[in-house]
Amino acid sequence: MLDGRGAIKRRAGARLWLSALWLGFVALCAIFAPLISPQDPLAQDLMLGRLPPAWMAGSEPGFWLGTDSLGRDVLSRMIFGARVALTVALLAGVVTCLVGSALGLVAGFYRGWADRIVGRLVDIWMAFPPVLFAILLIAVLGTGLTSVIIAIVVIDWTRFCRVVRAETLNQSQMDYVQSARIAGFTRLRTLLSEILPNVLPTMVALLTLEMGIAVIVEAILSFVNLSISTDAPTWGGMIAEGRLAIHQAWWVLVFPLVALFLTVLSFAQLGDGLRERFDPVLR
Amino acid sequence: MTAFLQIRNLSARLRNTGHRLLRSVDIDLPAGVVRGLVGESGAGKSMIGKAVLGVLPASVEIVEGEIFLDGHDLLRMKPAERRRLIGASTALIPQDPLTALNPSRRIGPQITDRLVDILGWTKERARARALELLGEVRIPEPERVVRLYPHELSGGMRQRVLIASAFAAEPKLIVADEPTTALDVTVQKQILRLISELQARHGTALLFVTHDLGVVSKICDSLSVLYAGKVVEDTTVDAFFAAPRHPYSAALLAATPRHNDPASSLRPVPRDVLDAVAAEIAAADAAWSRHG
Repeated sequence: MLDGRGAIKRRAGARLWLSALWLGFVALCAIFAPLISPQDPLAQDLMLGRLPPAWMAGSEPGFWLGTDSLGRDVLSRMIFGARVALTVALLAGVVTCLVGSALGLVAGFYRGWADRIVGRLVDIWMAFPPVLFAILLIAVLGTGLTSVIIAIVVIDWTRFCRVVRAETLNQSQMDYVQSARIAGFTRLRTLLSEILPNVLPTMVALLTLEMGIAVIVEAILSFVNLSISTDAPTWGGMIAEGRLAIHQAWWVLVFPLVALFLTVLSFAQLGDGLRERFDPVLR
Repeated sequence: MTAFLQIRNLSARLRNTGHRLLRSVDIDLPAGVVRGLVGESGAGKSMIGKAVLGVLPASVEIVEGEIFLDGHDLLRMKPAERRRLIGASTALIPQDPLTALNPSRRIGPQITDRLVDILGWTKERARARALELLGEVRIPEPERVVRLYPHELSGGMRQRVLIASAFAAEPKLIVADEPTTALDVTVQKQILRLISELQARHGTALLFVTHDLGVVSKICDSLSVLYAGKVVEDTTVDAFFAAPRHPYSAALLAATPRHNDPASSLRPVPRDVLDAVAAEIAAADAAWSRHG
């Protein structure tokens, strides 16, 4: 039997599994980076500069994806770069989600002055160009992993806030919220047990999307040399370095770019898939 | 004996425009009695129910009057106390069973939460009570149903769950806000019979908001006819259907479709009747503003 619902469900399942598979693979690389990376990601050897990947003429054994201009192994740097990418994705994503959603829930449910203050803040925030804002923040905070995470939280909380607020407003109109009030539940209890569970699928979808965005923002900051220290391997930093030698050594640019692309895509697909899985109305 | 619910001279208006929604409404509802609130859309029927349950929208303010619930003056109580009184002694059977149950929570806790958290019952007792009530509203396999999510039930089933939930805490007063409007006709009949049956068995006072006079004749003991937020007739069901006193009530009754006499039924309310009611209301408003 195959009805329309079943077909949609199966496709969502495949997307969910493929993206989870890739992210799991990246996560394993990040966790076991020192064990599995074939070379020291920081070791330079100018004699081995711009070696091509293993399947091309002129490659050296042990350097599977080639080396960059300074003779550093691309694969090892990518594996260590996954650590930075995933740390930023997880920490920045979760903190942004918590901060933005909390403000959105409060604004959408309590309305009144809370809503007015949060609404104005969002308006002001939206007027800043986000990347410029991030660069400005890093300039003030100094480079480093913590600064990058703070910068992402500070520029992106509005994304959660707006969507969660709208969803909360929507849910607040529902009869079951009114029933909870009549039954005598406090406002906080109503918010936590009646509204939050219904906003949660949206939050999860946004969270995974935000993780992808965090990876991109980190890459952008690395690209302009404002992420963590300059010689530490990051995907964005590798792309920036590879850009300079794209005609002589395309592999330095292309492999981290593919990893970045797949990771961001997987986060987005994972979000959609999870939402479909856990939303009781869609299920 | 004083009535369980007494509404005295209740007036309400929109906060920003000053538009009057309720005009000196008086309603008495003794324990165990079913009163219908009848009127057109926008006549203020639901607004009265919301005022009693303390869930008026923020845009509406009560200008004057009193609501006594079990002898307590609701509008002069501390909000927390009012919340407790309303929570312990009233319940709502809502209009739309599709939005009245939380879609992301199972049926069981949605019935028992209130018993446990507000009324302080033990979990086992609340659970047994929920199963008992679900049986009373003739839901097959209550043990299975309490573990389901709302979307796994039909509209009629959900309305049964809501009725069970409303009666679960043995409230003294239930406000039914057009509980059958969102259901199809065959289900409507069953639901009405259920509400009527449970009301009689539990001796609950019922405020039944509807625009359907047919429903009123089946379930109510007395009724209030509302027009533009004013009670134009307050009478028993028998007296009303024998001979409505107010011309608007008579016109409303004449507008009800009857299958055995289609030619003379479905008459719109005549213009002169509406004009007369409007004049009556304008006079009352004028008197009210002079006095205010």
